Amino acid sequence: MVERDTILEERIIWEELGKITDPEIPVLSLVDMKIIRNIGLVDEKVTVLISPTFVGCPALEHIKHEITTRLLALGCSSVEIQTTYSPPWSSDMLDENVREKLRAFGIAPPVHATEIQATLTIPTACPFCGSLRTTMESEFGATLCKQLFYCDDCLQSFERFKTI
Amino acid sequence: MNIELPSSLPREPLLNLILALADDELMLGHRNSEWTGYAPILEEDIAFSNIAQDELGHSLVWFTLYEQLTGKSPDAMAFERTWNHFTCCRFVTYPKGDFGYTVMRQYLFDEAEKVRLGAFGQCSMQQLREIAGKLIREETYHLMHSKGLVERLGDGTMESHRHMQAAVDEAFPQALGMFEKLEGEDELVQSGVFSGNDMLKAEWLKRIVPVLTLATLRVPATGQNGSIETTATPDEGGRRKDHTLHLKQLVGDLQQVYRIAPTAKW
Repeated sequence: MVERDTILEERIIWEELGKITDPEIPVLSLVDMKIIRNIGLVDEKVTVLISPTFVGCPALEHIKHEITTRLLALGCSSVEIQTTYSPPWSSDMLDENVREKLRAFGIAPPVHATEIQATLTIPTACPFCGSLRTTMESEFGATLCKQLFYCDDCLQSFERFKTI
Repeated sequence: MNIELPSSLPREPLLNLILALADDELMLGHRNSEWTGYAPILEEDIAFSNIAQDELGHSLVWFTLYEQLTGKSPDAMAFERTWNHFTCCRFVTYPKGDFGYTVMRQYLFDEAEKVRLGAFGQCSMQQLREIAGKLIREETYHLMHSKGLVERLGDGTMESHRHMQAAVDEAFPQALGMFEKLEGEDELVQSGVFSGNDMLKAEWLKRIVPVLTLATLRVPATGQNGSIETTATPDEGGRRKDHTLHLKQLVGDLQQVYRIAPTAKW
């Protein structure tokens, strides 16, 4: 028997999930990222509904493993992770304070656009110096969710989170 | 998490469709990964490695849906089938060729994905509809990239034009094989899963012919936007598991590590 002085409730589980960070963006938690869509708690069995940012993201397996380990340690008797694509994850789901955290970490936040094609022409401020004299070097980047940029003022490479 | 199919949906044809989608993504993803470290410039190395990772991720999503219907794991489907049991189209199995061929193949495939995933927006199977809605957003980046390259290289220098024209000549009949009729396809159309490969091919031709023409490339197709006809002979067989030895080589590479230690945990 695991002895506990707190009774498991959804709030505690959300708090715990809020401490798990995205392995590729360590300043953001899975809750910040809106990867955790919902949780369900019946007795001590928990179901976590997640929505992946990019389905080919190699961090997904790590994220699932982390969720399971942390919630079992919290006292859940079982952890089931389900994936949903409805509605699909979108970068528009990120709150303003989360975008600010991204910027402070050196990643330009995703731009709002209804058409992905339009993101090619939307000016992006350098997260280091704020200049708008920046150029997209590639629609792709070091991870599936980012794109490569270059700042013509502070001569620094940086990444922008993809609009999706 | 198992899925109970409504009786209005034909099980076997649906499984054929999902497997064909998964196999196409798996093989093209693997072929694209062959550019990692070898692409002509760094940005293209990054791009094709990213696209490869996306496609492999998409194959995993389709294999997972297949697992929810059959209980067969994605690893079993990708790594334990022999080469003559895959139902990908032949187009995605051919060697990566030169960079011009790779770009052309990717473009022709991306436009087909756009049409195919878009058509699943009205699909009568909920899970398939939802997955397509997710994947089509990611695929947009691939299409943006490959289309941009086709436009710039087709109408670029004499050298780049020559490579791209050779790529169209080779890839176009192969690409038509993407629309080879599936076993049980009529039932899929009747039950509202999708509109059928002939419809998809017609939509695809309407999208690619104007783009290739604008890129100063000749395509063996005639007609206006209303309806475009082609006289080229499609390179079919893949959906019936009738492949060339190129797939045997590819699957040998793809499964090599898994077969050394099938029970290894990574």
